[in-house]
Amino acid sequence: MSTATYAGQTVSVSDDGFFTDPSQWTEEMAPEIAKAEGIDHLTAQHWQVISFMRHEYEAKGTGPTVRVLGKTSGVSVKELYQLFPKGPAKIAAKVSGIPKPRGCI
Amino acid sequence: MDGTIEKVSIIVSKGSLEGIYPALIMANGARAEGIEANLFFTFFGLDAISKKRHEHIKVASVGNPGLHIATLIGALPGVPGLMTHYLEHKMDKLDIPPIPEFLEMIADTGAGIYGCKASCDLFGLAQDDLIDRVKDIITVGEFYELAAGGQIIFT
Repeated sequence: MSTATYAGQTVSVSDDGFFTDPSQWTEEMAPEIAKAEGIDHLTAQHWQVISFMRHEYEAKGTGPTVRVLGKTSGVSVKELYQLFPKGPAKIAAKVSGIPKPRGCI
Repeated sequence: MDGTIEKVSIIVSKGSLEGIYPALIMANGARAEGIEANLFFTFFGLDAISKKRHEHIKVASVGNPGLHIATLIGALPGVPGLMTHYLEHKMDKLDIPPIPEFLEMIADTGAGIYGCKASCDLFGLAQDDLIDRVKDIITVGEFYELAAGGQIIFT
């Protein structure tokens, strides 16, 4: 476990950079985390995915897989990969300040 | 060798349910990790991308010790369908998509889906006989070009 600093706040993150305490996350941190993942600008569609990730995590205690995102977030699988080319579920989870989802599909 | 995989090319050579799914899950999972992925369907694996066959993929109920049923029972009419139906039902509960839908999803992730030219020639299949998401029918040489610099997995 280590720490990272986003929007001037120190937060706890796992070795691969995922938040270990999602309550430490704020919306102001998202653009900075995204930039480190190669996403220079968060569009409205990015935010739609981020808020879906947060809701899913709050409801289920785990982030959604790409399959679930594509079926229920209102953003298609194709678009998800355009928004988060390095892996939608994984990168969106990181930007949304939740732990890495562990689904296989 | 450093600790990351940047690209995988997965060869699917079998036409059974249990022969096809692992490759699809690995390709889809690779893309979810941001890894470039290609699927190359050869020999009976072509059934997975054949318009006529891809909705009728069955689990091998004979010669499959993993099923734990007697070979003679597995050979009875209707048993392959029954075992397939049972597995499909279990997979549906886990939200694992049926093969046609899974292939569409995998194509949407940006993975390349290819048919093997030698096998298509052997079975008399043309691009029209394959599902729309198939990018091309390619030779083994072209496959190696695509796979260059990455890992190759044969299933």
